[in-house]
Amino acid sequence: MRRRLADRALLAGSWVSTGIILAAVLVLVGYLASRGGGALGLRLLFGDADPLAAITGRQPVFGGIWPALAGTCALVLVASCLAIPVGVASGVYLSEYASHRLQIILGFGVDLLASIPSIVMGLFGFTLIIFLRRTILPGANTSLILAAGCLAVLVLPGISRATYNSLAGLPDSLRLTGAGIGLTRWQSVTRVLIPAGSRGILSGCILGIGRAAEDTAVILLTGVVATSGLPRGLTEKFEALPFRIYVLASEHRDRAELDEGFGCALVLLLLTAALFACAFWLQRSFERKWSR
Amino acid sequence: MNGATRRARRERWLEGSLLLAALASACAVLLILAFLVYFSLPLFRPGAIAGILSGRWQPVGGEFGILPMLAGSLLIASLALAIAFPLALGVCAFVQGLGPPALARPVLAAVHFMTSIPTIVYSFVSVILLVPALRSAFAGRGGFSILTASLVLSVLILPTIVLLVHASWSGLGPSVRMTCAALGLSRTQEIFRVLVPVSSRSLVVAAILALGRALGDTMVSLLLAGNSPQWPSSILDSARTLTAHIAMVLAVDSQSPAYLSIFSSGLILLLVTASLTLAVRWIQSAAGRRRR
Repeated sequence: MRRRLADRALLAGSWVSTGIILAAVLVLVGYLASRGGGALGLRLLFGDADPLAAITGRQPVFGGIWPALAGTCALVLVASCLAIPVGVASGVYLSEYASHRLQIILGFGVDLLASIPSIVMGLFGFTLIIFLRRTILPGANTSLILAAGCLAVLVLPGISRATYNSLAGLPDSLRLTGAGIGLTRWQSVTRVLIPAGSRGILSGCILGIGRAAEDTAVILLTGVVATSGLPRGLTEKFEALPFRIYVLASEHRDRAELDEGFGCALVLLLLTAALFACAFWLQRSFERKWSR
Repeated sequence: MNGATRRARRERWLEGSLLLAALASACAVLLILAFLVYFSLPLFRPGAIAGILSGRWQPVGGEFGILPMLAGSLLIASLALAIAFPLALGVCAFVQGLGPPALARPVLAAVHFMTSIPTIVYSFVSVILLVPALRSAFAGRGGFSILTASLVLSVLILPTIVLLVHASWSGLGPSVRMTCAALGLSRTQEIFRVLVPVSSRSLVVAAILALGRALGDTMVSLLLAGNSPQWPSSILDSARTLTAHIAMVLAVDSQSPAYLSIFSSGLILLLVTASLTLAVRWIQSAAGRRRR
């Protein structure tokens, strides 16, 4: 009898906790969609400026999120150019070249890097600038390239892990086939293994891009500002969507700014959700293809 | 012969550059550690370390102790874990068969979707929705508080726990299910009396990783915990975490002793998250040894 009661309680607990979590997500997304959905539109992006003139940068944008959106895109682009080649190469080495011992040691280093909080990564960028100023580059300052570099280090371990997992999950028959038809190791990696694992690798890269787009703590310490206009160069300050949301969350003055915050948050959520959906779908189709 | 040596040299060269990428990914953490240690060096003068590790933060009085922030970090993160862990187990049990099988996939999809929601979006919506709600629930107290930050963080870390535990339980697979069915156990008994004890290592690993995520998060506590640098005496009090402390001190650009405290905060965060990763490694390798 008592056991029956405990069973019931656990069953109820399981339903209740699932209900709580689903409700939390639904409230979050529903509220964001209802408040932010109304704000979506050209006005949210460009404020009072003429859209065409704003896109080309001939007219500055006030009260619109276009500069922040452009800043985030620039950040993500530069960060991916830095992180993806190194991350994929390191994953390939760990999976296809490294001895078992090296796999464990280097793999642990990558895991450690993955565990570093993003604010510490930002702090690293900040100390790097102080260091450069004291030594070889007195004019160095926090900027787009610094922020993108730190974001790249932040997402690097994820890309490396995803590449490793995708390649290590491939059947050994593929490796034997490569060797059997007389391919060198490099040829076998680039012509057989990477193409076979491409969907998994791509999925990891897209997740990394999403992480770089949403992170706030890193850019907070490495050169983001509230108003800079469109990103003008690698060594300039920049705006970014997550920082815009942070500013509006901590100091919105009126209803209009709050609405802008909701619109901005919705845009960022749509961006990361779309990236995530791509990554999820790629990973699924990769696993389905090689599950046998 | 000549072609063969050239090809061999090319192979070696390519392998070398892959190794370089792997070394860079694995040793980046050492570089970051070196920078933080270098900038914390002034701490190792007599008197300075006692100042940093004192329990008071009063810049006006020249006191720069960061222990209250360490306490804030630990308290908020462990409270978040205490809320998230039972909920996550409930969700896992629901997905594993306590709920209707038709709902298992949608619930898992929702949890996957949660991982793509940016931290700053969670924080923004919570500032608008949760803070006023808690303030009215606790008669004016508890708006920007430890409780608020922990509640939001628990939602943030829940997917980590659910996905890891779910993977572990699914990996145990049909053999456990068959055995339990043959013994005449109910689904509830199977999950809470067999799966939970058998997968205890994975549960601990999931909890550690989630704790690391909670400790490393900046935006939630920066926007929701109130940031007052004092020893917390109740969960309705405002508190400041180490991560938020770094962001706040750098935002107001104050001078050297306060600066010093952010480098040591970063160092502490790095060492704590690294030891959590080490603990996970240790548990997993112990599990591997036992299996053999």
